[in-house]
Parts: sequence; C-alpha cells; structure tokens
Amino acid sequence: MSSATKIGVSAPKIRFREPQIEMAHGAGGKASRRLVEGLFAPLFFGASAEPLSDAAQLKINGARLAVTTDSFVVKPLVFPGGSIGELAINGTVNDLAVSGAKPQAIVVTFILEAGLRTDVLQAEIEAMAKAAQEAGVRIAGGDTKVVEHGKADSMYITTTGLGAPLPGVEINPQSVCPGDKILLSGPIGDHGITILLARGELDMEGDLRSDTRCVFPMVNAVVEAAGPGIRWMRDPTRGGVATSLNELARDCGLGVVLFEDSVPIHDAVRGACELLGLDPLHIANEGQFLAVVAPELADAALKALKQTPGGDEARIIGEIREQPVGSVLVTTLYGGSRIIDMLVGDPLPRIC
Amino acid sequence: MSTSGETGSQDGGCHMCLAIPGKIVEIAPDNPNSALVDVVGMRRRVDLGLLVEDPPAPGDWVLIHVGFAMSKISEADAADQMRTLEMLGECEAAVQEVRGYGLEEIEEKQSPSSA
Amino acid sequence: MKYVDEFRDPELINRAAEQIRRLADPNRHYRLMEVCGGHTHAIYRFGLKDILPENIELIHGPGCPVCVLPMGRIDDALAVAQDPDVIFAAFGDMMRVPGTHGSPLEHKARGMDVRIVYSPTDAIKLAKMNPAKHVMFFAIGFETTAPSTALTLKRAKAEGIHNFSVFCNHVTIIPAIRAILDSPDMRLDGFIGPGHVSTVIGCRPYEWIAKNEHKPIVVCGFEPLDLLQSIVMLLKQLQNDEAKVENQYKRVVPWEGNRAALKAMAETFQLRPYFEWRGLGFISQSALRIRDEYAEWDSEQRFHVPGIRVTDPKAAQCGEVLKGVLKPSQCKLFGKECTPENPVGALMVSSEGSCAAYFNYEHRKANLVASIGVSV
Repeated sequence: MSSATKIGVSAPKIRFREPQIEMAHGAGGKASRRLVEGLFAPLFFGASAEPLSDAAQLKINGARLAVTTDSFVVKPLVFPGGSIGELAINGTVNDLAVSGAKPQAIVVTFILEAGLRTDVLQAEIEAMAKAAQEAGVRIAGGDTKVVEHGKADSMYITTTGLGAPLPGVEINPQSVCPGDKILLSGPIGDHGITILLARGELDMEGDLRSDTRCVFPMVNAVVEAAGPGIRWMRDPTRGGVATSLNELARDCGLGVVLFEDSVPIHDAVRGACELLGLDPLHIANEGQFLAVVAPELADAALKALKQTPGGDEARIIGEIREQPVGSVLVTTLYGGSRIIDMLVGDPLPRIC
Repeated sequence: MSTSGETGSQDGGCHMCLAIPGKIVEIAPDNPNSALVDVVGMRRRVDLGLLVEDPPAPGDWVLIHVGFAMSKISEADAADQMRTLEMLGECEAAVQEVRGYGLEEIEEKQSPSSA
Repeated sequence: MKYVDEFRDPELINRAAEQIRRLADPNRHYRLMEVCGGHTHAIYRFGLKDILPENIELIHGPGCPVCVLPMGRIDDALAVAQDPDVIFAAFGDMMRVPGTHGSPLEHKARGMDVRIVYSPTDAIKLAKMNPAKHVMFFAIGFETTAPSTALTLKRAKAEGIHNFSVFCNHVTIIPAIRAILDSPDMRLDGFIGPGHVSTVIGCRPYEWIAKNEHKPIVVCGFEPLDLLQSIVMLLKQLQNDEAKVENQYKRVVPWEGNRAALKAMAETFQLRPYFEWRGLGFISQSALRIRDEYAEWDSEQRFHVPGIRVTDPKAAQCGEVLKGVLKPSQCKLFGKECTPENPVGALMVSSEGSCAAYFNYEHRKANLVASIGVSV
C-alpha cells in the first residue's frame, strides 16, 4: 500500500486491520465506518481530516457543486410502498438535499444478472423515471453491465447525483453548539420493517409501507424558515437514527440527548420491533431526515416542516448538550437513561 | 455505501427471555394449535401447543415467546397489580399527613382507663 | 400496547421509585440479584439504575443462556455445519458469539450456510423447504425456551421430517441459582426471580431459597413497574426479616407453572448427569439432552460431534463476573481486549450479558455530569 510514496507524499496511515470483508462492513454501522475511515479515506483523501458527509462539496471553475453516490442492493426488489428503482433515485436525491443542495441531475449504473426478466427491469426503469420527475431531477445518463446468472441477485443499481448548493446554508458539525435542537421529519422504522416483512421469512404481517420519498421539499422548507440556523442534516438510512446521531456526536465532539418519548413511531413498527427484539432507533428509513437547528430558529423550522406535505409528524426529538461527550444518551420521562451506540452488526440484511 | 448484512444486532434483545403480550385474533380453522395474534397492528402466527390444557379463545391475551404462546394473561391480575401500583406510597403519605395533625398528643393526654 | 404501556407509566414509576427510597434503610447496603438475563437487559434499557437509591445494588446473575454456553459447544456445532449439506439455524443472539475459529456469522462469510430463525418452527420450515439439506437447529435457553423446542421435536417426529435435528444446549435455572448461593464469595440479600422461566416451572421450585437459605425471592415481570414493584416487595420482606417466595408477575405466571409445557419437556428431554457451564464449571443435573426416543432428531446422535473443550483465556474473568463476584469493569480485559465489537467472552456479546450492558451503560456514562438534567 505505498502508491502515495511514489508521488513524494508521506504514506497514508491505513488503520483498517481486518483480513477480510464481512457483511457488517456494508451495514452502515461501526464496521462500515472502520472500513471507510481506515481504508478508503487514507488512500482517497490522504491526510485531510474532514469529517465524512453525505455529499461532497466541490468548487469547479468558481461554480459550487454538490456530488454524491450510492448503490442499492435490495431484496425483494419490490415491496409495499416502493421498489429498488425508487429507492435509488430518492436515496441519492435525499443525500444531496441533506447536504444543503438542490438536486439537479442523476446518472445511473445497472449491474444486471443474466436471466433477469425484461418486464421486471422495465418496471424499475419506469419507477425511476417517475421518482426523478417527482423530485425534479434529470436522469442524465448511465451505464449497464450484465453478469452471469447467480452473480448479482437480480440487479444492483448505483446512482451518482449532482446538486446546486443552496445559498446561506452551511452544513458543518463543528458549528453545532450545546442548546441546539434536533428535529426529525417523521416516524422511524417503516422502511426496514417493511422490507423484513416483505421477505416472507417471518410468520408476521402488518400494514406497513416503505417511507421512501424525496425529502427535498421538506428540507427546503426548513432552509427557508431557518437557513442560517441549520448546523447539520442527515438522512438516517441503514443503521437508523441512532447511527446518524452517533456520527453527529463524534463529529461535533458534544453530547446528543434524545427524548425517547418524543420520537414518532408507528404502532406496527413498534410491535414488530418488540416481537423481534429490535431497537427502532437502529432500523433504516428512506424518507426521513434529521436536522440540528439553533434553538432560536428551531420552532420556526418545525412549524415550516409541519406545514409541508408529508412533514406533519415532524417532532423535536432531542438536543445537544456538553455531555456525554461523543455519545448519544436516550432519556425517558421518568428520568431513566441509557447510552445508545451506532449499529454493531446488522439486524436486517439487504434493505437498501 | 451499500450491501447487505446478517444479523447479530447488539441491541437484539434477549430472544431467550423476550416475550410480548398479544391478542388472539382468530384460531386457524384447520389447526386448533395455530392462532393469528395481533401486537399493535402486527399480526403473527403463533403456536398454541403449550396451552392445550386451557386453550385461549379469540379476544384473549397471551404471552408470546419464540412463536409460542406461553401463558394466558389475566386481565383481573393485571388490573389488581395496577391498583396496587397506583396506591403505592398513598398509605404512607396518608399516615404522614395524619401525623402532621399532632393527634398523638391528644391521645397521650387522654388516660386509657377513664372510667 | 396493552399490558406493556401501563407498566411503563412515568407517573407510577416516579411513585414506585419514591416508595423505594422511603423503604430503603439508609444504614444498609442492599445486594439484590436479578438472575434472568432479560431483567439485566430491561434494567439497562429502561435506565432503572438512574432512579434507584445508591444503597441498592443490583447484581447480575447467570441467567443468560448465551453467556454460560462454553465455547466448545459452539465449536462442536460449527464443526458439524462444515458439511455443505448442513444448514446451521439459530436465534439472532447466537450469531455473533465467538467460537475458536470465529462466530457463526464469520463462518457464514466464509461460505457456511447459516440462517437466523425467530422460532424453532422456522427451523422445521427451513427443513421442509430444503429437502436436500439437513437443518441443525442450535437450541439454547432455559426452561422458557425448552418447551418450544420440545414441541418442535414432537412435531418433527409426528410429521416424519427427517432432515432436521436439534443441537441441544438447554439448561435449567435452579442449579445455577444453587451454584451462586454455594459460592463462598457471595453475599446476597435477596433475589429478583426469573419471570418467564417461571411461567413454565411455576414458583414452587424457589421455595428452598426462602426456607433453607433464608433469602426472599420475588418472581418478577419485565416492565419497569414490574422491576420496581418487586424491589418494593423485597425491601418490605427484608424490613420484616422475612424470607418467602412471592409472585409479582401474577398476571402471567401461574404458581403451579405450565403443566403442558413440563409434560412436553418430560417426553422429549432428560437431564444430563452433568454439563459444563462457562465460568461456573461442571454442574450436575443442570442441562437437558434429547431422549433416545427422539435420537433421530438429536444432532449429537445424528452426527459425529468432536466434543471440543475450550478453556477461556486465563485473563478473562467471565466466571467471576457471572457469579456476581466481580463487576464487569474489574475484569482485566474489560473495555480493552474485550469490547462489544471484539468480544472475548460471551458476556460481552449477548445484549443481556452483564459486560455488554455495563459497557454500554455505566462505562460510557462515566463522564456524565449533573448538567444532563436527569431528575432523581
């Protein structure tokens, strides 16, 4: 691993020591973070110690551009509330939105498994076209590869999105202060549990749909109401709200306190989690976002969010405090509390 | 980032002790040992084999553990327990309040055998 | 959620906590053991230690079936599952428990067919869906789970499902409690009794604890109010110098237990003469094996099982922590070589294990100051 020495810079410090890749490395939790920070970051980004974010902010010939990429591996391909194609578009659009950018264009890559039925593929392309139209983005191009039967689980989709940074929005975890409020756009866990049930491996069913949707209109509403007060945003996908908030706590070096009774959750999700022994705070969401807002603008942000279609269940779910440093504390109404970590392992395979 | 994963969630709870109350919605027509149970909108198929001696009926609540109903939940005992919990500290509080009235002094002054 | 939410009522919780503070003798340090792993988990999940007075110490007992499973048993089962025609099926809790050459999950990454199931009946379903393969269900748990495995064995036999077997590691709770009380280093005032095990075995099996050991024991539910009410009941007994068995979890636990469950267990299992418990050594009559009538569904009879015995690394003090003699933080490996992500012992893997619970709760809250505003 010494390609960097050839160009005369000191060798990047590779901290990833594990001998092989495990499923957990793709789960969005601790192992994923180790892989990205320990192997990808030193080799791709060198000594730069910038915290990793959902989208990169670039400056090209004076123009500012936000760019993000994501890949989608979902089983089953189609589930109540959406499909892999919709997830692919919304997922990338949302990454751009929470980085404070207006999504503009997407390019798409498909890795298709030989034997995939054309009508299945067509349905996904139609879903993607529709989602892109609803999100107001152009699908600007793409690529396709086909691999042998058995090598791709029907289809894998990768999307790269470009967006125009919104004026007056400066997402920076370093700007987070004690007293800042944490907003959540809506109920948690719908997507992950829907996928789990859609697999049909459990003797369980319920009226749940994936919450996949483009969150830009809601993000935009918050930006318009509270732009200068927005410190940080994230879409809590794999690993759930707990993982995103742990990343926040680590990146800002402060304490995140979550009021357990304020977190919106649908009854069926709660029931499923109780039945399976899962914590809803670790379950993936595909249509929600978190925002840290300065206290004087938090109420305005919440009001704007609630007035936006789809934002009616938004809540303030917590706040930033001095302690516990770098950790997330969940508190209850009766004064009990517990530390919640980012996801270790992965309770739900192939959900997004 | 993407891909899949397998389970082993650290917060996976104790499958060994994890048991949850659910309401019997219907007994399977072809199998009296199988029931559909509702847990706040989530419906799960549950085995009633351990309750053969006193099978539950639709509307009954049972404790579910790894897909089996372990016990019927007694509404009466639950209500009883809630009452006890609501009264917790009330008797104490009442006693404290009465003490505050200084009634013991009066009792002491009165001679026990005043006949 | 009915029968759940009302037992999490914040107002009532505050009242119960207040009652506990009134009852607890300030000149006394109470050591109460909660035997069941589910209680350990509930205490941490609901943050109950925050609202108990300092002089009530809750000690975690050995009622975590994952934690007391010797590593050799996992190695044995994984050795059988090396056969590409064998599917290793187990509950989620087992998946990250380390064997000598890795956990079931790590074996899965290397190509072993490992599946998570949420019920032993799922395992039978897997067998029906994969007629060319053999499904080995790795069964663990105390008497709460054993009846379900028992019924599943009966079903497999009745329906003639031959590509299915159970690798049985069921253990029984009473010998574990006896081992604790026999331990010379133990000093306990009372027990918060296992809740769900008692739905099967009832409350009678605990009478010797009250009569012979003179320790009060309250069979307890799993919601915050259940735990707090049980502590109130224990304090009252201790205040009156009593030692009896009480059933706080009446809404679910019948005093006589579940006869059908015990019958099913008697039909399919018998006690092993002895069984090794991680950290506690060999205990006689403490574990179940499958009866000969069901030999065909007993993995240990169907397959050649190596019988691997693995001693824990000397530095790991799982045994003492299991018995409540040491606090997790007092183990030399705690938080250093042994963390939830890189567990050396099972107490760190299982969410009910004392070490994992302690790590996530006490250890990381060590920096907490009054500024977080937790009201007591």
